[in-house]
Amino acid sequence: MAQAYVLKGGYVYDPLNNIDGEKMDIAIANGKIVEKPPKGAKTIDVSGKIVMPGGVCIHSHIAGGKVCTGRKLRPEDHRKDVEPKKPGLRSGVGHSVPSTFTTGYRFARMGYTTVFEPAVPPLKARHTHEEFQDTPILDNGGFALMGNNWFVLEYIRNNEMDKLAAYVAWLLWATKCYAVKIVNPGGVESWGWGKDVDSLDDRVPYFDVTPREVMTALAQANEKLGLPHTIHVHGNNLGHPGNYEITLETFDAVREVKPFRERKSVLHFTHLQFNAYAGTSWKDFASGGQQVAEYLNKHDHVTVDIGQVIFGDTTTMTADGPWEFRLYHITGNKWVNSDVELETGSGIVPYVFRRKNPVNAVQWAIGLEVMLSVKDPFRLCLTTDHPNGGPFYFYPKIISWLVSRKAREEMLEKVHKTAVERTTLKDLDREYSLYEIAIVTRATEAKLLGLKDRGHLGPGARADVAVYDLDPTKVDISASPEVVEKAFSAAAYTFKNGEIVVKDGQVVATPDGSTIWVKVRNLDELKELIEEDLKEKFSKYYTVSLSNYPVGMEYLPKPEVVEVGG
Amino acid sequence: MKVELTPIEKPKVPVEAEVISPDVFSGRSVEEIGELEVWRGNRKKKLKDLFRISGDAAGSSEETTIIINGDVSYAKRIGQNMSSGEIVIKGSAGMHVGAGMKGGRIVVEGDADHWAGAEMKAGVLHIKGNAGNYLGGGYRGGTGMSALKKGVYGTIIVEGNAGSEVGAWMSNGKIIVKGNVGAFAGVHMSGGIIVIHGDAGERLGGEMTGGTIVVMGRVQELLPSFEYRGEVSEVEVDGEKISGPFLSFSGDLAEDGKGMIYILKEKNPHLTTPISGC
Repeated sequence: MAQAYVLKGGYVYDPLNNIDGEKMDIAIANGKIVEKPPKGAKTIDVSGKIVMPGGVCIHSHIAGGKVCTGRKLRPEDHRKDVEPKKPGLRSGVGHSVPSTFTTGYRFARMGYTTVFEPAVPPLKARHTHEEFQDTPILDNGGFALMGNNWFVLEYIRNNEMDKLAAYVAWLLWATKCYAVKIVNPGGVESWGWGKDVDSLDDRVPYFDVTPREVMTALAQANEKLGLPHTIHVHGNNLGHPGNYEITLETFDAVREVKPFRERKSVLHFTHLQFNAYAGTSWKDFASGGQQVAEYLNKHDHVTVDIGQVIFGDTTTMTADGPWEFRLYHITGNKWVNSDVELETGSGIVPYVFRRKNPVNAVQWAIGLEVMLSVKDPFRLCLTTDHPNGGPFYFYPKIISWLVSRKAREEMLEKVHKTAVERTTLKDLDREYSLYEIAIVTRATEAKLLGLKDRGHLGPGARADVAVYDLDPTKVDISASPEVVEKAFSAAAYTFKNGEIVVKDGQVVATPDGSTIWVKVRNLDELKELIEEDLKEKFSKYYTVSLSNYPVGMEYLPKPEVVEVGG
Repeated sequence: MKVELTPIEKPKVPVEAEVISPDVFSGRSVEEIGELEVWRGNRKKKLKDLFRISGDAAGSSEETTIIINGDVSYAKRIGQNMSSGEIVIKGSAGMHVGAGMKGGRIVVEGDADHWAGAEMKAGVLHIKGNAGNYLGGGYRGGTGMSALKKGVYGTIIVEGNAGSEVGAWMSNGKIIVKGNVGAFAGVHMSGGIIVIHGDAGERLGGEMTGGTIVVMGRVQELLPSFEYRGEVSEVEVDGEKISGPFLSFSGDLAEDGKGMIYILKEKNPHLTTPISGC
């Protein structure tokens, strides 16, 4: 029997159960939250501290092919941030592309317990799972890239929607992934022909489908299968001045798709900050944050995560090959671009976000502007699109900006004046409460991902708990942002499945996390529809045989399957 | 003040000897120096377990001279990051000798292993024997030899031969090799000077973007991404004139580089033949 605990006297923030800073005890037994502590439960005094569910990150690039290539590309990045070996812990390196063990430790130290890798090229899924295995403490899941996949494009062109849904179900099984990821739909395949797409109605060479068709068809397939998460979209024209317009068009494109059951949303639009730009060039670059926020406040079929920019040196990495090619031309930095057979592409370019750079200052402001302008925090998630906007371990910094206008004003003093002139950030006086922070860092994520036993502290939930050394009755969070940042940087306790993994900001235990994936119950039946197509494509075009393609369960030593449909 | 270290034994596993530095020794008595810790393989040892120590280091590091009487090719990182004073090794030195030096002088009377003077910023490293690979090179993610401040940089002199990737990633400083060098000398360099009195191996100056390489021996083949810029009668490096005539090349054009390579004409008639028809 695992040790049972009672966390006594903390201020509990559990938005999914409508608990807002109430002083109450949380009991843990056998890895779950329980109504009453069993006999022999150990009492831990957490009075004067806040208690939240373990953090859930919906979008951080932490494992797999491009992350590993990013590590190899950036030895200079690692040299300046070395984590020495400590008893029971592995050595590693941090900064923008941390090693797997360091990733696990640093997320856990912030009170995070579940993290999703949002871009798994199906052919590289094995590598992603291998790195999940070496990422301690955290539960992980991957989103499989589908927006530029030849099967997908052909089924859409031929209007074979049943086959499309069957293929999506099969691919999630074959890659042991959790959700459908779409990156620059149509654009990455066009990049294989030396082109990109500029509008939702541009046609992909040869396949003759449009980004609009790709997104709506995949959204329909996604909802038809009843997958726990909606489609997870990295939009077209990412990073381009003026791209907020295509972002709004994208939101509108999927408006008519019927959501599955009680769910309201059909689209999760990721790292919105990179797709919320106004202006026509880098010279008149400005924020489109208000426009997208206004849309989100009027419509409830879209959810977003933010992709906040952090000033400093980082490494951009995405499946969006054409964008990285542009970024290489902008920076002249070393770069990687690659093509993954029938599936997707990718690129990596180191990048420095500078305070005094007029464009970077606006980018920084847009993330906060959107987070402060979207009224319902259950529609948005806090991310940096790690490592694209900045490393994930700056989340506490972002929290301090959200809770304190003073902290934002101090930053506005230090950054280029464009942040004041070309965004509305300076005028926004909203300050997040700790309840809202709990929403955007765990509750929304768990809800959007359909993870019923995470992101809350109700009985039966997984005992993933974070305790932060911050007394909301004594500290005025708005006036002391640095105290908030410090508290969220080093959890007083992090519990993973009822086990203490972090104490006083130090990692004290490193259990293996599980791998969450989704299985469609009637997969065997669905697979018959596409069996012949799979055989044909694999024998004609793939470098691997069909039988060697699916990731076996041996790559998931601690699987956690979510079964849907059927 | 002079401190003499005489090796007692020759360990079969490497010793991490970064404490052998005037900066660390200065102001310490013989006893205190003997208590300094070093790693021998995975065991912690004291300096007195490995060396017989005499003399003292009562003064400042500038006044401190360390003399090692014998072969210490097993000892790595001697004089690493030292800022002043002198080390004389009367034998061969292990890897990373003088790496990251910020001043002072190291004389190695025997050979020096790989990474000698890596990422050095100032001072003099004089190797009387041969040097290994990455002489004055940069560690992964590092910058190679660079300047401590404007106009202050390090000098490495090798009387014998040096291995591959001499001066990799260097941005400032001077490396003089009296013998031959291996492949990739000056790879990725962006500034500084490499003078090679002997022959240079293949892919000389690959991906260099700046700096100067002078070769007085034979260069079997130059990368095709270097452009021939004509003959010069002499080359002036660091105020010193070396008489030629030299064939001059600029590159590496693959990196839009503006580095210069001067190769002695007399030893390299094959490089003057124009390439035709490809």
